[in-house]
Amino acid sequence: MSFCPGCGKSDAGHESCVRPLDPPRFCIHCGRKLKVQVLPTGYVATCVRCPT
Amino acid sequence: MILDIAREQVLERGVGLDEAQTLEVLRLPDERVDDALELAHEVRMRHCGPEVEVEGIVSIKTGGCPEDCHFCSQSGRFETPVRAVRLDIPSLVEAARQTAATGATEFCIVAAVRGPDERLMAQVREGVKAIHDNVEINVACSLGILTREQGEELRDLGVHRYNHNLETARSHFGHVVTTHTWEERWETLQLVREMGMEVCCGGIIGMGETLEQRAELAAQFAALNPDEVPLNFLDPRPGTPFAGLEPVPAMDALRTIAAFRLALPRTILRFAGGRELTLGDLGARQGMVGGINAVIVGNYLTTLGRDPQEDLDLLAELSMPVKELSKTL
Ligand code: SF4
Repeated sequence: MSFCPGCGKSDAGHESCVRPLDPPRFCIHCGRKLKVQVLPTGYVATCVRCPT
Repeated sequence: MILDIAREQVLERGVGLDEAQTLEVLRLPDERVDDALELAHEVRMRHCGPEVEVEGIVSIKTGGCPEDCHFCSQSGRFETPVRAVRLDIPSLVEAARQTAATGATEFCIVAAVRGPDERLMAQVREGVKAIHDNVEINVACSLGILTREQGEELRDLGVHRYNHNLETARSHFGHVVTTHTWEERWETLQLVREMGMEVCCGGIIGMGETLEQRAELAAQFAALNPDEVPLNFLDPRPGTPFAGLEPVPAMDALRTIAAFRLALPRTILRFAGGRELTLGDLGARQGMVGGINAVIVGNYLTTLGRDPQEDLDLLAELSMPVKELSKTL
């Protein structure tokens, strides 16, 4: 099962959830909220449960 | 008409528009917006010069804020996708280094807090020192409401500018924030000035305020006379009370930029959050030739921005030199 990185839900049809200026916010493997550190020239997104 | 008055008053005499005059600019019809931007650009060139101040920002403590600013995805009171996270010192220094590599002279450390506690002050203390030791860049901070002791400590650490936004007009503030007052923000800004740090105070356009309240905010900025005003346009964030608000139409955003420059002829007027959403690529250009003289390059606190190189290329194309570090010290 995979999850939407924008809203964390598992059903299909979430193309509009992740906007171009948003980093992913949910883990695509487990749907949990990611720890996201936005940096001036990038970002780091980690799931507390899933290996990256 | 108002632009003729502004030409004589603001451009020639350097006296910013008052609240009623600013409102007249905000009410200009679409077909006059180009004229307003052109005049705002002339005012900026005459009173500030062609240089553009480039800044990068980073969040040292993201999310979990106890306050309820209705636009903010970092408030712990709303069910937003933002999860609390802290930045370690080596990553903070690296972020400053990356920012300096873009040619930026300013690096602002931001925390999602009501005001700093001792843990945050310790993190800032260590972080500012590490940046000063390793990177050639001015360090600014945005850590919320300060006590006098914290203000003194930040000044003594060499923090040269402090950001604390009024966010919106005093008459609208209660519709945006209920956990602290506009007056508390004003007091911190007075403290920052008293401490001898530069005052950076901005706002967000598009939070349900009227045009009259936009003019009121411009007048309140003018009364504060800050060194810098970062102008944000609301990016309605999922889960916040303002999630359902529409982004500011591009023409209104441009009108606001021109009006604020005419109200604040000498201030560093910075393009900040939401410009990509509201104005797109074209708007970046129009803003830069419409009164703006500073940009945040790269990403924001929780959202992404344009590629820094795109902004730097645009400045080169417009023959607007990036302000150098030596001129800011
Ligand atoms: S104080 Fe700052 S971080 Fe906290 S909710 Fe308000 S804007 Fe967001």
